[in-house]
Amino acid sequence: MKSLAPASTQSGLSIVAALKDAALTAAVAFGLFFFMIGLRAEQGLGGALEITTRWPSLAMLVAAVFAGAFVRALFFGRRAIPLECLLPASFARRGAKAVSSVSRFVGPALLIFALLVPVLFYQNRYILDLGIMVLTYVMLGWGLNVVIGLAGLLDLGYVAFYAVGAYSYALLATTYGLSFWICLPLAGILAAFWGIILGFPVLRLRGDYLAIVTLAFGEIIRLVLLNWQSFTGGPNGISSIPRPSFFGLPFTDGEGSFAATFGLEYSPTHRVVFLFYLILALALLTNVVTLRLRRLPIGRAWEAMREDEIACRSLGINTTTTKLTAFAIGAMFGGFAGSFFATRQGFISPESFTFGESALVLAIVVLGGMGSQLGVAVAALVMLGGFELFREFELYRMLVFGFAMVLIMIWRPRGLVATRDPSLYLTERKAIAGSFVKVQG
Amino acid sequence: MEYFVQQLIIGVTLGSIYGLIAIGYTMVYGIIGMINFAHGDVFMIGGFVALIAFLALVSIGITAVPVALLLVLLIAMATTALYGWTVERFAYRPLRQSSRLAPLISAIGMSIILQNFAQVSQGARVKPLPPLVGGSHTLMSSDAFNVEISNIQIIIVVTTLALMAVFSWIVTRTRLGRDMRACEQDLKMASLLGVNIDRTISLTFVIGAALAAVAGIMYLLYYGVIDFYIGFVAGVKAFTAAVLGGIGSLPGAMLGGLLIGLIETFWSAYFSIEYKDVAAFSILIVALIFLPTGILGRPEVEKV
Repeated sequence: MKSLAPASTQSGLSIVAALKDAALTAAVAFGLFFFMIGLRAEQGLGGALEITTRWPSLAMLVAAVFAGAFVRALFFGRRAIPLECLLPASFARRGAKAVSSVSRFVGPALLIFALLVPVLFYQNRYILDLGIMVLTYVMLGWGLNVVIGLAGLLDLGYVAFYAVGAYSYALLATTYGLSFWICLPLAGILAAFWGIILGFPVLRLRGDYLAIVTLAFGEIIRLVLLNWQSFTGGPNGISSIPRPSFFGLPFTDGEGSFAATFGLEYSPTHRVVFLFYLILALALLTNVVTLRLRRLPIGRAWEAMREDEIACRSLGINTTTTKLTAFAIGAMFGGFAGSFFATRQGFISPESFTFGESALVLAIVVLGGMGSQLGVAVAALVMLGGFELFREFELYRMLVFGFAMVLIMIWRPRGLVATRDPSLYLTERKAIAGSFVKVQG
Repeated sequence: MEYFVQQLIIGVTLGSIYGLIAIGYTMVYGIIGMINFAHGDVFMIGGFVALIAFLALVSIGITAVPVALLLVLLIAMATTALYGWTVERFAYRPLRQSSRLAPLISAIGMSIILQNFAQVSQGARVKPLPPLVGGSHTLMSSDAFNVEISNIQIIIVVTTLALMAVFSWIVTRTRLGRDMRACEQDLKMASLLGVNIDRTISLTFVIGAALAAVAGIMYLLYYGVIDFYIGFVAGVKAFTAAVLGGIGSLPGAMLGGLLIGLIETFWSAYFSIEYKDVAAFSILIVALIFLPTGILGRPEVEKV
């Protein structure tokens, strides 16, 4: 740690240096953005491309980069006035303790809030739909967290299992007329089966190769769904997928429906509320199973494998079954979420299962802190709910996600909620700050 | 026979484009051992900059196609090289000490950034460009089928060969090339022996991005359309090429590119055009599992 004194005597010098730094950065930004921001190729009326200029946007962006670089060079640069010395050395440890004590309340508070959402916003269909969407991603994030966060296997094709679940339900329900409650476990089993199929070939691969292979696998599944017209309907997808029933009672108006049986006045909101509680239950199931599995030998084997695969193998853990179960269980939850997606939408097509979707779920898991259940939920809520509230910035959503992923990797590779509760402990449970733990790889 | 030769010509053209992108993957992997997931999107940026620069040149009155193309080439290479440099400086250099997965996730983030940056700044719609280089020659002809090679195909293959020659010269004969090969063998030892590794790695990214920009221009001229999504599929295929040829090996990247281009073309011609991407992705999986060192690669020994 640097001391404060020499830095403050150098402060005059450091301002000049910072200005020089910032000017250089702004020049680079100008080079980067001159063609991409300053000019825009747009199809004109005749259909040919025409060029339009946007110099004010370019100037503003370069000025913003200059200002940002100046502040950064002044306070965080090499010859910077160090900010760290204002913070006590034990900050990291204390921060970790604070996070863990806060998270004790945040989790239950979020759960109670989630349970109350349909009651509080019963009249507000928009909020309910948004809640369903966020919870779907929370569930996907928790499912992917088993593979990435616990087992340390970077899976870039997670959306394939989501697709398998969705198409399983859609095809079973439209072809054989099976009900949602029969199809749900079947979809989960089928997705888990595909997880194992994917798992076998990648067993011997290293971290980064494994990521690329899962990505290729996800794309192959999507392309097959897109081109196998006779089976999947190709780009037109599958429509009129049956909606779920309340254990056999349909959400319709008339005899034998949910509303009539319970003596309620029919309202279309009943189904939305039911769907909300359904995905909440599925997500919580994912969470409980994951937390339980972490305590079992298989969960500990996952975490051991994430930390060091070679040490793990030399201690007699069968990494083959460990990896396969991680893939299978993660895929199974993806499959559950997929069949929920199919029944909620009533229509699915390969459009919904692109790599962008995998990247979105991955971003949620990375931002939430790989391995942290609460972090994933908070990340999904903030990133998806937050952007939904500011619709005009929708276009910038993935841009922000991308920057967040890079910055998180640079600053806090363990994610925003970076503490780890050890699964085993002697007398008391101690949270470990992310910075004290070896980053996986 | 004529049909076969025609497909061969198309395949070699496509393979040249993939090969140029693959060099970027293989060089970066060789030196710092990471998959530069954003490289495909750097290629896409190269295509976009070329398109915009061309339109801008036309609008200020430079309409002679050879002059404009040469200027576009220089502009696109310079700007895209700057992108390559920035990506390395911003997203990868701070992570050089960490494990394998952190830079990969950072690279995926960078890829998302570049894709959405292009989408936000230039719009999501496909950008068409009327063909700039016309004309073709008939090589063989039978009553049913003429084998043609177009001027643009000749330009693509010749440019690729020329760039490969220049690039091989850089790697084998110059100080920079020696530094690069030293870094590839042992990064820490190279830095102890006075190689400026930061500079070498930066220049690797710059060269890779400049080559990707050339590939982007070729793609633009050959297909005549461009959108913000082309980088993803082309990137994965070029990575497949790099793996197939042996990652870390430069002739391997070119060979792999040619193979992928030929396989894709013949698959489309003789089996089904819908499944051509499935074929390429399957080759990636098969190559990584059964031939992880590639055709010309060295076996990698994992040190514990």
